[in-house]
Amino acid sequence: MAGISTSSVQAAAAAAQVGAAPNRSLQTPRARGLRERLIEAPLFAAAFVTILTTAGIVAVLLVETLSFFRVVPLRMFLTDTQWTPLFSDKHYGIIVLLSATMLTSVGAMFVALPLGLLAAIFLSEYASPRVHRVIKPVLEILAGIPTVVYGYFALLFVTPALQRMIPQTAVFNGLSASIVMGFMILPLVSSMSEDAMAAVPRSLREGGYSLGATRFEVATRIVVPSALSGIVAAFILAISRAVGETMIVAIAAGQSPTLALSPLVPIETMTAYIVQVSLGDTPHGSLEYQTIFAVGSTLFLMTLLLNIISQRVLRRFREEYQ
Amino acid sequence: MVRLAPPQMTGDVGGADEALRTDKLNLWYGRFHAVEDITLSVPARRVTALIGPSGCGKSTVLRCFNRMNDLTPEARTTGEVRFQGIDINGPDADPVELRRRIGMVFQKPNPFPKSVYDNVAFGPQINGYRGNMDELVERSLRKAALWDEVKDKLRQSGLALSGGQQQRLCIARALAVEPDVLLMDEPASALDPIATYKIEELMTELKNRYTIIVVTHNMQQASRVSDFTAFLLAGEDRTGRLVEYGPTAEVFTHPKDERTEAYITGRFG
Repeated sequence: MAGISTSSVQAAAAAAQVGAAPNRSLQTPRARGLRERLIEAPLFAAAFVTILTTAGIVAVLLVETLSFFRVVPLRMFLTDTQWTPLFSDKHYGIIVLLSATMLTSVGAMFVALPLGLLAAIFLSEYASPRVHRVIKPVLEILAGIPTVVYGYFALLFVTPALQRMIPQTAVFNGLSASIVMGFMILPLVSSMSEDAMAAVPRSLREGGYSLGATRFEVATRIVVPSALSGIVAAFILAISRAVGETMIVAIAAGQSPTLALSPLVPIETMTAYIVQVSLGDTPHGSLEYQTIFAVGSTLFLMTLLLNIISQRVLRRFREEYQ
Repeated sequence: MVRLAPPQMTGDVGGADEALRTDKLNLWYGRFHAVEDITLSVPARRVTALIGPSGCGKSTVLRCFNRMNDLTPEARTTGEVRFQGIDINGPDADPVELRRRIGMVFQKPNPFPKSVYDNVAFGPQINGYRGNMDELVERSLRKAALWDEVKDKLRQSGLALSGGQQQRLCIARALAVEPDVLLMDEPASALDPIATYKIEELMTELKNRYTIIVVTHNMQQASRVSDFTAFLLAGEDRTGRLVEYGPTAEVFTHPKDERTEAYITGRFG
């Protein structure tokens, strides 16, 4: 009875029904076949729901965005330098919100990139297993803090500290949001970079050491260059995360859509604008209401593009040692 | 329980200078006693082969000569390894300096994912080499008998070369640091017969200038390329010990120990 050595009760019963024939059948017992099919259906349904949701979101974004662009020409959307859809003198220059998003995202990368890379080098090349066991979970806790907490941390702690150092800093400003957002995406950068470095074969490190390289030389001249595409992918994914981040910038950077280059004044990012309008009393179906879909589509396109680039880079990295 | 007789073969190394010696070298990985009481004198500018069945500790012994075992956190050694008279585990020896004098070639070719040129130039660069790098790269590739095959693709990735070429690139990379000793850990085991032949030919050429210690499980290879052969064997406790050491011709034709004879005639291993 090798076929039912799984000793499942049902299968044994099914076999018993067939009878103790001297030639054992190799067919799937009927009960097991049915059970497998029964399991498959909900699994498929669960997978299908995610596809359906994605398709639904994209469809809604698309429909509302298209009706927005029937009123506001794309050229105006791309070239106007003011964003005032809620005022009587309406302007729809996405560049205002886009520049704020870029400012905070790039600012966050200035924090997360060097710190994340250094932390990854430390964890992958220097930390003893014991230190590693302590630091890694702490970094993961950092990733688990709700972003609204980060937002209030920026507003109530980092901004006052900045104001003491640079007195002209406004209560709402891009700098504070950037710094705190940098710490928020730090675990993502360090953890993905560390994974990329851990994937560098030990034989390459040994090759370096055998030539008289120090630990630092092995880390910076062999491990980091070999893991570079994985590290770049981590950075791109982190930028994409920063671009889409909402709570920190909505709370700490302000909601004043101004085209500003200074990180010390209030600005409004794309995500913060969407929050502002969604929470306000903008009538459903109005042009003001549709602006958030146009902004949402822009945001979606940006993060989609960044994710695709990051996946491309990662795929190239996987082929490298094979 | 077979207790191995203490090795009787120190001293005579054919009149050559001594490059390296171990004295009662022991190594543990955690609680596992990997090799016990290895006492061995390695002559300069000769090829010394370490042979024995898998798991006898021959690679472990090899990695003691350039302190590669330092990279394994749970590895611990006792006994002495002397390089040109200096205790390499002592306070006067820095592992980074040591590895600049004792190069290594690994079982599986491990070129860096860099160009052929940068692979060879890596060692000299980190060691602050101030001479003409192009010349050094060419000289090293010539010594590794690879120059003619790669001179037109120095900017291509080292990973684009064939397995045999990659291994010779790794030899060139090791030679570029201008070491005194070259440790080779089964350098041809991943290669086809023609590439293997080229590596063996190369070893015979290089021994005029370098002390070579080669780990191999290929006895024909050991008898072809080496001047001295050390035979290691692990007992039932899996701890490797030195069974016999002497001139290769003697070890292969008149082995003193019956276990050596059993191994080289292919009765086990």
